[in-house]
Amino acid sequence: MSSIGREITAGGSARQERAKSSIWRQSMQRLLRNKLAVIGLVVVVIMFLACFIGPVFSPYASNKIHMNIMNRPPNMRHWLGTDGLGRDVLTRVLQAGRISLTVGLASMVLSVLIGSLLGVIAGYFKGIVDQVVMRIADLLLTIPGLPLLFIFGALLSEWKVPTEYRMYIVMVMLSLIGWPSLARLVRGQMLSLREREFMQAATVLGLSAKRKLFHHLLPNIVPLLIVIATLNIGGSILMESVLSFFGLGVMPPTATWGNMIDAANNMLDFQNRPWLWIPPGLSIFITVIAINIFGDGLRDVLDPKKKK
Amino acid sequence: MNDLLNIEHLSTHFKTEEGTIKAVDDISLHVRKGETVCIVGESGCGKSITAMSIMGLIEGPAGKVAGGSIHFDGRDLTKLNRHELRHLRGNEIAMIFQEPMSSLNPVITIGEQIVEPLRVHLNLSRRDAHTRAIELIEQVGISRPEQIFRSYPHELSGGMLQRIMIAIAISCNPKLLIADEPTTALDVTIQAQILDLLRRFKEDSDMSILLITHDLGVVAEMADYVIVMYSGKIVEEGEVTQLFANPKHPYTQGLLRSKPVINQRQDELYSIPGQVPNPLELQPSCYFHDRCEHCMAVCRMEEPNLKKVGEQQKAACWLYEEAKVYA
Repeated sequence: MSSIGREITAGGSARQERAKSSIWRQSMQRLLRNKLAVIGLVVVVIMFLACFIGPVFSPYASNKIHMNIMNRPPNMRHWLGTDGLGRDVLTRVLQAGRISLTVGLASMVLSVLIGSLLGVIAGYFKGIVDQVVMRIADLLLTIPGLPLLFIFGALLSEWKVPTEYRMYIVMVMLSLIGWPSLARLVRGQMLSLREREFMQAATVLGLSAKRKLFHHLLPNIVPLLIVIATLNIGGSILMESVLSFFGLGVMPPTATWGNMIDAANNMLDFQNRPWLWIPPGLSIFITVIAINIFGDGLRDVLDPKKKK
Repeated sequence: MNDLLNIEHLSTHFKTEEGTIKAVDDISLHVRKGETVCIVGESGCGKSITAMSIMGLIEGPAGKVAGGSIHFDGRDLTKLNRHELRHLRGNEIAMIFQEPMSSLNPVITIGEQIVEPLRVHLNLSRRDAHTRAIELIEQVGISRPEQIFRSYPHELSGGMLQRIMIAIAISCNPKLLIADEPTTALDVTIQAQILDLLRRFKEDSDMSILLITHDLGVVAEMADYVIVMYSGKIVEEGEVTQLFANPKHPYTQGLLRSKPVINQRQDELYSIPGQVPNPLELQPSCYFHDRCEHCMAVCRMEEPNLKKVGEQQKAACWLYEEAKVYA
């Protein structure tokens, strides 16, 4: 009997090589072949590094007001000039990036957690659980996200929530808006996966529902989750910027890209001092585009079915 | 009674919009310890549904075990709660499926999938389970077990995957192994190896096997006792040599005739005329009557019962119930 077995496996030394490199390494290699995606990734990494490490090297890393150097255009000392309170714009853009990127990341993590958990549960258990979860999701989806966020933001201002907490509340708000579409996708995947034969095999092995859910089903949707999560970061950054621009998100003096662009609201600043609002605007633009390009590349690699 | 599995009057029904389908209709069967029982029949005759009923895999609201009892080792499986059933599955009753390619989770390594039931049912530590898994992979005749342990299902061939499925199935030393067409998706040379493997494990561990197949060659090779199903009913059953030598029911006779005989020229292979009746339109009658060469008036009106026709053989056919025919 064992001689037969040897015969079967003997045929594949190439197979042996392949077994060593895991699925992840293969995906990685395919991703690296996609030039656009790599560029996106590099830009995102540079952005993160600049924002989180950059301000450390800046001599102007405080919100201190310098009345004598107000509204200077870019020069050798202040590469992107100074704002109306004499603060270095470059330093502030980088500090703002910290907040914007953190908010984007954190709200992504939160909405992926909520969305995938609820989606998995709804898709697996079906019936009443599914109905309840999905109707709540539908409800949130029917109301356009932006007005909802505006109302939340206005309420926060009304209740005079301390500015240092607003950042965290904005994260939660964004993830509340973000989870329903994610939960829907995950649920759809679950509905089809749970009927697959290997799930019946898992049932027959006497595995518990919890084990089947998190050990057998969830790994099957990880590629999908990674793609959605990546694209979600870009969306969240954009949303946060919009909110902060309207003064309903994170409040000054804490800088975010959104509330820095607020300078463009002032006619004088808009016409005469473009160094105040172009850098944060450009930062948002570049970051979100880079994240989306990278996310699309990831999708091509991890989700070959969606390829055109 | 040394019956390990004792099914009495089992009926499994599915509700559809057009009516109730009696996929399994009042069947009784017994599997003794260490015995291999084969259920044969063509597609849709209810053999897989029988297996699923035993494993408690019939899912509501459409499907339901409508009646009867399934006693396994003294317990009625139809009355167990979820927890007890979970403990039984994979531990005392194991099952392997037709399609090895899709029966393993594509994103989890082979090793982890073997280790899992060991840890759940036998409470082995991670290291012990790993050692045992390697042993199991070797036992099913695959060399380089360490490497296979780390592979993903797509990296192995169908035959190897079915071996892995068998390794998983026997990992907890089950008393009963249900094999639902385990060789149908494999090519013929691999089929023989897989059957050898099953037979060896059966002999080593005194395990019983309930083998479901439509391949009479497999039956001849494996079975101690054969059950022939048609339209959700048992039409004939018996000890394997008796049944093959002397089939009583016209359906069994037809099945055996439609098998090619080696070393004999035949212009055309025999096939049973007609089609399986629509399960929704079944009237009280012998369900085989419109395909049967020996059809009589009574066959269209009344259902025959399983009746002893030989020493260890029973058939459900009016041909063998003389009193009724002449009444």
